[in-house]
Amino acid sequence: MRHLASYVLTRFLLAIPMVFIMLTIIFVVLRIMPGDPVSAMLGDRAPLRVINEKKHTLGLDKPIAAQYVDYLGQLVRLDLGDSMIFKQKVSQPIIEKLPATIELTLFGLLASLAIGVPLGAAAARRRRSGGDFGIRLYANVVYCIPVFWLGLLFQLVFGVLLGWFPISGRTSPRLEASTFSWSGFYIVDTLKIGNLAAFGDVMWHLVLPALTLGVVLSGIFVRLTRANMLDVLKSDYILAARARGVPERRVVYNHGLRNALIPIVTMLGLQFSLLLAGAILTESTFSWPGMGRLLVERIYLRDYPVIQGVIVVYTLLVSVMSLLVDLLYAAIDPRVKY
Amino acid sequence: MRSSEKTILEVQDLSIAYPISIGVVRAVEGVSFTLDDGEALGLVGESGCGKSTLGLSILKLQRPPGRVTGGRIMYRGTDILGMNDRGLLRMRGQKIAMIFQNPLTSLNPLFTVEKHFLETIHFHDQSMPRDKAIAAVGKMLETLGIERKLLKEYPHQLSGGMRQRIMIGLALIMNPDIIIADEPTTSLDVIVEAGFTELLLELRRVYKLSIILITHNLGLVAEIADRIAVMYAGRLMEVASTEEIFARPLHPYTQGLIACVPNIQADQKELVTMPGSPPDLVEPPPGCRFAPRCPKVMPICRQQTPPLLDHAPGHSAACWLYGERPASAGLETTAAARPTGAVGGEG
Amino acid sequence: MGAPAARFSPAGGLATAMRWLSRSRKKYGMEWWIMIAGVLVIALVVTMTVFPHLFTGYDPSDQNAGGQMKAPSADHIMGTDNLSRDVWARMVYGARTILGVAIAAALVSALVGIPLGLLSGFAGGLFDRVLSLIMDSVYSFPGLILAIAFAAMLGPGVINITLAVAVVYIPTYFRLVRGQTLSIKEEVYVEAARAIGARRGTILGRYVFPNVIATVVVVLSLNIADAILTEAALSYIGLGLPAGLPDWGMDLSMGKKFLPSGVWWMITFPGLMIMLLALGFTMLGEGLAEILNPRLLER
Repeated sequence: MRHLASYVLTRFLLAIPMVFIMLTIIFVVLRIMPGDPVSAMLGDRAPLRVINEKKHTLGLDKPIAAQYVDYLGQLVRLDLGDSMIFKQKVSQPIIEKLPATIELTLFGLLASLAIGVPLGAAAARRRRSGGDFGIRLYANVVYCIPVFWLGLLFQLVFGVLLGWFPISGRTSPRLEASTFSWSGFYIVDTLKIGNLAAFGDVMWHLVLPALTLGVVLSGIFVRLTRANMLDVLKSDYILAARARGVPERRVVYNHGLRNALIPIVTMLGLQFSLLLAGAILTESTFSWPGMGRLLVERIYLRDYPVIQGVIVVYTLLVSVMSLLVDLLYAAIDPRVKY
Repeated sequence: MRSSEKTILEVQDLSIAYPISIGVVRAVEGVSFTLDDGEALGLVGESGCGKSTLGLSILKLQRPPGRVTGGRIMYRGTDILGMNDRGLLRMRGQKIAMIFQNPLTSLNPLFTVEKHFLETIHFHDQSMPRDKAIAAVGKMLETLGIERKLLKEYPHQLSGGMRQRIMIGLALIMNPDIIIADEPTTSLDVIVEAGFTELLLELRRVYKLSIILITHNLGLVAEIADRIAVMYAGRLMEVASTEEIFARPLHPYTQGLIACVPNIQADQKELVTMPGSPPDLVEPPPGCRFAPRCPKVMPICRQQTPPLLDHAPGHSAACWLYGERPASAGLETTAAARPTGAVGGEG
Repeated sequence: MGAPAARFSPAGGLATAMRWLSRSRKKYGMEWWIMIAGVLVIALVVTMTVFPHLFTGYDPSDQNAGGQMKAPSADHIMGTDNLSRDVWARMVYGARTILGVAIAAALVSALVGIPLGLLSGFAGGLFDRVLSLIMDSVYSFPGLILAIAFAAMLGPGVINITLAVAVVYIPTYFRLVRGQTLSIKEEVYVEAARAIGARRGTILGRYVFPNVIATVVVVLSLNIADAILTEAALSYIGLGLPAGLPDWGMDLSMGKKFLPSGVWWMITFPGLMIMLLALGFTMLGEGLAEILNPRLLER
């Protein structure tokens, strides 16, 4: 276990330079850009004195280098600043909305795996047949479907025309807010208090959005699983298992798929990134109260601190996920040394 | 080869082909031989001669798109090629088992040693309770000289020799009649190879195994095999007892093979080689496949394929040098057991 | 393969292209047809861009085309929207916006990323390490978020949107070209060139660059497909384009409001167009990849 701890620490330390650079990039993009946010906020006709006062309050009149130092200092203290538009700390709406985004993204990931992996394995087993070609076609086409369009189509067909699923929000309005007060992760909250009806309601609302994300991003898992399976099925240990009289099904799934899945774990990090991006669009489509919608909202309102804060949080999420994926990989492959 | 009551495996006129984009590769053509109970048969030849394909096909495991295009493989009177899936599964690992060249890649990196064994036992004998199975595995490991604590290890954590022993263990755990060893020592160093050879001979004695040893290593085959079948370009060139093959090789290819082995005791200035390379198996040359490289080639060799015939008791060769007159009356047999004085195979 | 000829003539080039085309058709079955399908789709859309009047008589901004929110019919094959504009016309004219932005963005990305990659790979040392680290960091960002950040900061406008989308893909070209440069740098013929005193610029231009071109063309194609989706996403969430321009993404977000009433044609067609265009470039890219170098994409 001591080895594992030092491995975790090493990976964590290695991630820091990159996170640092990403945070700097965010700073550069959001500050050193043409356009004056304060004038935009207060309007062109505001007197210069008022504009300058406001700038001073916000610390925007200091030299860029000083602003950068302030920025880093704040981040280290986990202080994301204050909203320019509302009387709130930036972290407040973010903390409120973060669980919604994470729930959606995780279920989207699960959906894409649940769709992609079996299809990929099926394609590998039916190599060069019509089914294989069809599945590969699906994988290639699916990524080109705009995720927001698919969401709208699902809403149209399953929501409006068939009426099977709701098309907006995380829950039905009639449920009490107190049901969800513990962690903000509705799945967890409803289970914690044993309210199965609410749990069902939450799941029901998750279906369409998660499926939207899942379908669009399943393509990469289909291709990856198929390629890995084909590779693995050529291995010597597969032949040796067959020679020992192990039935074909078991050979393909227990020996083949398990080995084929390992490289897929390394892709989870990248996919999570894509899912976060897709989630922003899906939140828009399904009126899902997550960080993506918050971002879009505050862009309209030109609430720059919040915009910056949201992007910083996205960056950290991606880095954390990356780290977790590395750890997962080390845990499931006995050949990895730590 | 004549089959007798002691024959447990008989390959009859087997042909295997691989359709590929530019044609059909005739990997094995018209091969026939027998294996008696308790006998060790060496199948030798250079890389690409089809011996591995042949070995795999006995368990119907030749790599796709390879297909058997003719012949039969009779195990105790039943044609393996005609078996249904269930029969095949029962036979593999339980009646006929195989060990492979590379023990590292032949073991699942995600399975512990124990899991490999327990899985095999489970699929052949569902009724055996787990503790009995583990006990049986323990005993097997003892016989092989492997410590029990290694059961919980993963393949990559063990040494090459250890892994090869585990392969043997997996092959023997269900007590099969026949072991097919495909290049078992090629990836082992000489010292480990010596240990392996000793082990195999001992196991053969204890478990009363019949062995088909597929290799290009003449030294190995000299130590283990009772009889040797020499293969070249998909066909059998010569079959005889080990002594006969080394003392009186009939076929020019066999002669060449033996001459190629460097003799550490003789005063050898240069290494002997055979010029040329094996033929293209998509468009094999007409006639004897060795003709292009044969030092004793005659015109007829390039026109007609010589049949595999006995030219001395228990010693057959496919070569026009020895004419069409077999030493005993009658042509090569494919199926009928013939009671003769000269027995087809013996230890 | 050695350095290809540095001289081209248009006629010779065309003849070589024709020969290559017919050779590849015989050699590769499915991939060739997929590539051709992609080319056809792209050609169709490009024609729409250049000759819109061939496809529709309606003006996309005409708010009197004929009745609010009419379902598809003989008069309006894709129906009309909430401002009584003909939807098909908006599709036809919208092609310009999205295609223009996507192609321009891809080209800008390539024009920035490729030289940087060549330089970095060739120069090595601290410069390379630092630049690579920066590029890797940008690459790890979820692309859309980066584009949103840029678009939000730059404000509305076609050029701004193009830049926002372009930034996302610069690291892609950088990494690709740098990798190739690094491996080609080690090739013997480059050493030989250096031995006879060829200047660095010559080596880059005549030896390294042409070998990299094949890969770049494939990536460019796939890149444009991705840029199409990114641009559509940006305009869907309302970033960047002035309201006057017909744009498929924006039409989708407008159509969203009327979805609950069952108005299906306002969302079905714009999304379909985006998908088809992206597919076209994807098929072109993947087909080319298989044909130019079967090892490029794992099958």
